[in-house]
Amino acid sequence: MLTKEQIAQRIAQEVQNGQYINLGIGIPTLVANYIPKSLDVVLQSENGLLGIGPFPSEEMVDPDLINAGKQTITMVPGSVLFNSAESFAMIRGGHVHLTILGAMEVSENGDIANWKIPGKMVKGMGGAMDLVASAENIIVAMQHCSKDGQSKLLSKCTLPITGIKCVKKIVSDLAVLEILPEGGFLLKERAPGVSVEEIKSKTEGKLIVPDSVPEMRLS
Amino acid sequence: MINKTVKDAREAVADIPSNAFLMMGGFGLCGIPENCIAALLERDINGLTIVSNNAGVDDFGIGLLLQKRMVKKMISSYVGENAEFERQLLSGELEVDLIPQGTLAERVRAGGAGIPAFFTPAGVGTEVAEGKELREFDGKLYLMEKWLRADFSIVKAWKGDTAGNLIFKGTARNFNPIMATAGKITIAEVEELVPAGELDPNEIHTPGIYVQRIFQGKNYEKRIEQRTITKS
Repeated sequence: MLTKEQIAQRIAQEVQNGQYINLGIGIPTLVANYIPKSLDVVLQSENGLLGIGPFPSEEMVDPDLINAGKQTITMVPGSVLFNSAESFAMIRGGHVHLTILGAMEVSENGDIANWKIPGKMVKGMGGAMDLVASAENIIVAMQHCSKDGQSKLLSKCTLPITGIKCVKKIVSDLAVLEILPEGGFLLKERAPGVSVEEIKSKTEGKLIVPDSVPEMRLS
Repeated sequence: MINKTVKDAREAVADIPSNAFLMMGGFGLCGIPENCIAALLERDINGLTIVSNNAGVDDFGIGLLLQKRMVKKMISSYVGENAEFERQLLSGELEVDLIPQGTLAERVRAGGAGIPAFFTPAGVGTEVAEGKELREFDGKLYLMEKWLRADFSIVKAWKGDTAGNLIFKGTARNFNPIMATAGKITIAEVEELVPAGELDPNEIHTPGIYVQRIFQGKNYEKRIEQRTITKS
């Protein structure tokens, strides 16, 4: 089973040179630590920045410079700032190439649920619905099962959904899976030490297992 | 040049009545109009509806207005950081409309730009789409969202001039420039107010035509929600 850092590390292998990328809160934020320095990519923060840099030193902290998780950040050279309407124009307009976000559930047709648990305090969807409705490529970082062992890769989401037919790829603590256009989770890779049988038993939705399922490589 | 200057926050918000429909700039606690919020707390008004991406924290920002029970309804995209907010919501004292952040921004932009409605993909197939018109364009479904316009928009900028022109700093810009366009009366508080003519017209983000009142704020706390540091 992969740690959160290893999930982030595996997702970072999907990043391509020249991409503009939006990273969600949680595991997706960690992806930034593993993107190879040889790639030129730009990270978007939906509160109005292209060019997120590392967290600041104590002396460099600026309360007027935060990311969408409200964390203090810095800007890389070549950054640009803009207002919230412009930020979501970039997102909805399809100018952001890759969106990486977390999920509570994903269904075999690519629906995602990640904003609301009935009976619990509803905090809001933030920018998640705009992002999933618009991004051309969405990768989800998630745990394969809930803490009590229930599969989160389902035939149909049970929680209120955030967007329909939008997820293209999932990296979980057990596997890398693609969602096929006709529906179904195509098993592409398994985490080191995890068997195909275990993934089968922990995937409630339709799982397609090819003849050969290589082990993930985490460099 | 028309002079938009008022003396201070107290004068700027003096005529905001109970049950007014307000917009307030800011993302989290970044770029919020601290001085106007403090001045509103001195007013004996309630029943406010506030459009703001977030609802502050318990003891800062819009959270202070909630504590004084001045707010009837929040229109926001994310409201997670506030225990008093949760209490009032669960007890039915407070209404909340949760709106996708990009839709919220575009509704405000549309309000300022005179566009009564538009179609967006955000929320199609979710509960956000309930009761809304759906239409297909080029094979994809979109839902109709309407503009938002306010009685008063209250924004915070870094620099401004007496003509109401504004310049923002960092990610404290966020919703401020679009909200400035969508208020019947827009109040701008700025960290530094200069005479008209001193700001470079090439550098201005918000043209003064949108701003009716401007003043230089003081004692900005600029509280940080998540102080995150790289250890050297």
